[in-house]
Amino acid sequence: MKIIGVSHQPLLRKLVLICLGMFLFGFALVPLYDVFCDLTGLNGKTANTAAAPSTSIDEQRLIKIEFVANHDDSIPWRFAPEIPSIEVNPGAVNIVNFNVKNLTGNAMVGRAVPSVSPGAAARYFKKIECFCFVEQPLDAYGEKSMPVQFYVVPQLPAEYSTITLSYRLYKSQAQTAGR
Amino acid sequence: MSQELHNLVAHDLEPHADHAEKPKGVTRWLYTTNHKDIGTLYLVFSLIMLFTGGSMAMVIRAELFQPGLQFVDPHFFNQMTTVHGLVMVFGAIMPAFVGLANWMVPLMIGAPDMAFPRMNNWSFWLLPCAFLILLSTLFMEGGGPAAGWTFYAPLSTTYSNDSTAFFVFAVHIMGISSIMGAMNIIVTIFNLRAPGMTWMKLPLFVWTWLITAFLLIAVMPVLAGVVTMVLTDKYFGTSFFNAAGGGDPVMFQHIFWFFGHPEVYIMILPAFGIISSIIPAFARKPLFGYESMVIATASIAFLSFIVWAHHMFTTGMPVAAELFFMYTTMLIAVPTGVKVFNWVATMWRGAMTFETPMMFAIAFIVLFTLGGFSGLMLAITPADFQYQDTYFVVAHFHYVLVTGALFGIIAGVYFWIPKWSGVMYSERLGKIHFWCSVISVNMLFFPMHFVGLAGMPRRIPDYALQFADLNAFISIGGFLFGLSQLLFVTVVVRCMAGKGIKASDRVWEGAKGLEWSIPSPAPYHSFQTPPEITETR
Repeated sequence: MKIIGVSHQPLLRKLVLICLGMFLFGFALVPLYDVFCDLTGLNGKTANTAAAPSTSIDEQRLIKIEFVANHDDSIPWRFAPEIPSIEVNPGAVNIVNFNVKNLTGNAMVGRAVPSVSPGAAARYFKKIECFCFVEQPLDAYGEKSMPVQFYVVPQLPAEYSTITLSYRLYKSQAQTAGR
Repeated sequence: MSQELHNLVAHDLEPHADHAEKPKGVTRWLYTTNHKDIGTLYLVFSLIMLFTGGSMAMVIRAELFQPGLQFVDPHFFNQMTTVHGLVMVFGAIMPAFVGLANWMVPLMIGAPDMAFPRMNNWSFWLLPCAFLILLSTLFMEGGGPAAGWTFYAPLSTTYSNDSTAFFVFAVHIMGISSIMGAMNIIVTIFNLRAPGMTWMKLPLFVWTWLITAFLLIAVMPVLAGVVTMVLTDKYFGTSFFNAAGGGDPVMFQHIFWFFGHPEVYIMILPAFGIISSIIPAFARKPLFGYESMVIATASIAFLSFIVWAHHMFTTGMPVAAELFFMYTTMLIAVPTGVKVFNWVATMWRGAMTFETPMMFAIAFIVLFTLGGFSGLMLAITPADFQYQDTYFVVAHFHYVLVTGALFGIIAGVYFWIPKWSGVMYSERLGKIHFWCSVISVNMLFFPMHFVGLAGMPRRIPDYALQFADLNAFISIGGFLFGLSQLLFVTVVVRCMAGKGIKASDRVWEGAKGLEWSIPSPAPYHSFQTPPEITETR
């Protein structure tokens, strides 16, 4: 039993600390969210850096890789894969091109963000080289072909026979191509 | 020793402790540090906000009375649904509970006042400022916030107008107010209990508020964080929720609901406490299973932190996560069920009478449980894919918030207003208010289950023709429910004006607890010397 008249300051100090801690925790959720997705491979996030080359090839299996490309309203570019899909052996390295054309009269910088579906297969999808690793500048009405070089890890669980690789193109935060 | 200290503190807290008369005029209310005055301010403010948010609901129901667009354009409709939600959650329900805590917690634990009377004054007066800012956006060019009360990114960032800045600032101020109120309540309960008022003798209203206050200081800062991120995303070039800059809009939902789910328990736990005070008084039996009630409240508070993603089953989570959030959500039914069964067991073979507070309390148990059942249906992940964003969800959360939280508050006001005002409310008006409310509220919300299951989406000003009849019926229920609350205002105003039979100190035959041992109306300063704890809860 507390005696009435006890100082309120120690308890108040603790409560203020909890508040400040929870405010910071709200912001800490941002990196934690990414770390959690990286560790568990959830959310269909793929590594944004080059993967090591493949070491073995599984000739017995064929995996269908589908390609999807779309763009944000902020960047009126035409953006599409050269082929809608391809069948690959796990471990074999393939290159697929995505074509992009700037439909505006301004030089712009685009940035493609990849996503793999089903999300749980994302960690078995490795990119050796990808146009999404870097920013993509285009002159007014310019066009180009952008390659992605990838393979599927042979340990991909048997229940997956199709993987969809989707890119969404955004206007880069760097506003102009001159920068 | 403790007696002397208590007197010392009482004088310290109360500059006017020596004179019995109250300060006069408007400055009494502006400068007051008296917990009863501040409680009254909170309650009056929340009643005004109830009608503000309620009139927005009337606009929504008028528009939905018929299919097609009649009265308002879709953008204004969106502002109405958004601001209705914000006003009801942060302006009506939460301040009403803080007001009840201000009035009743010191009286229930035998304290002379709240621990920080000046901070208490500030906590309250921040609120009208916050809502003035929020409501003023409705009259600005482009209108107020229209992204829903959940303000999902990118609706609140990329696609919102400059009302966002006002909205964010208003939420910051409300958050500071809530946090200060919660800290005050925690310190009061920890440090100012009368000698002999041990933890397990605390009335359940005090227990539920203590746990609510901890939830508030845990999650209101997270809300402050997420609105800050919205602000910087919109105005300062950050990309927390913008994929173009490496952010993720789904992360907004995770952070928001990490706040949002504990928030919904913040809006119901104090109501559990009110009902746990009322049922024993009118059943004339002690509360059944006091300890299990305390444990159940704490369990619900803990579980509220690990269920947030059940609001976002359709965002494409992996199956393992959906199962986790489905099972933890269903687990909440266990402690909640314990509470419902304890209330029923308290009434079992009690010498019951059915005055207005008891009527509202019984309606609370039945209708809140109904809202809980639809919550269980929504917890089932595959079923939720069907129910997501339909009127079924609207029906669910209005059953738990209107017939749950709001009925709890109304029951509490009827229960304690004789103690506050010194006169009995009009039992006849109270009964009419009860029956009008309980019939119209079910006309209003029950058919929403059916239109929701049939696929009517929420937050849309128009709907398919087959929903026309039920929507007309729902709107009539809505108007009747709105009008019924004018009766409540009549009852409250009559009491505040002192019209009615003089109330006795105990007021209710079966009422137990310290708050009933002081005169009615409660004197301006109470428990300046600590009371002796003779009654057991």
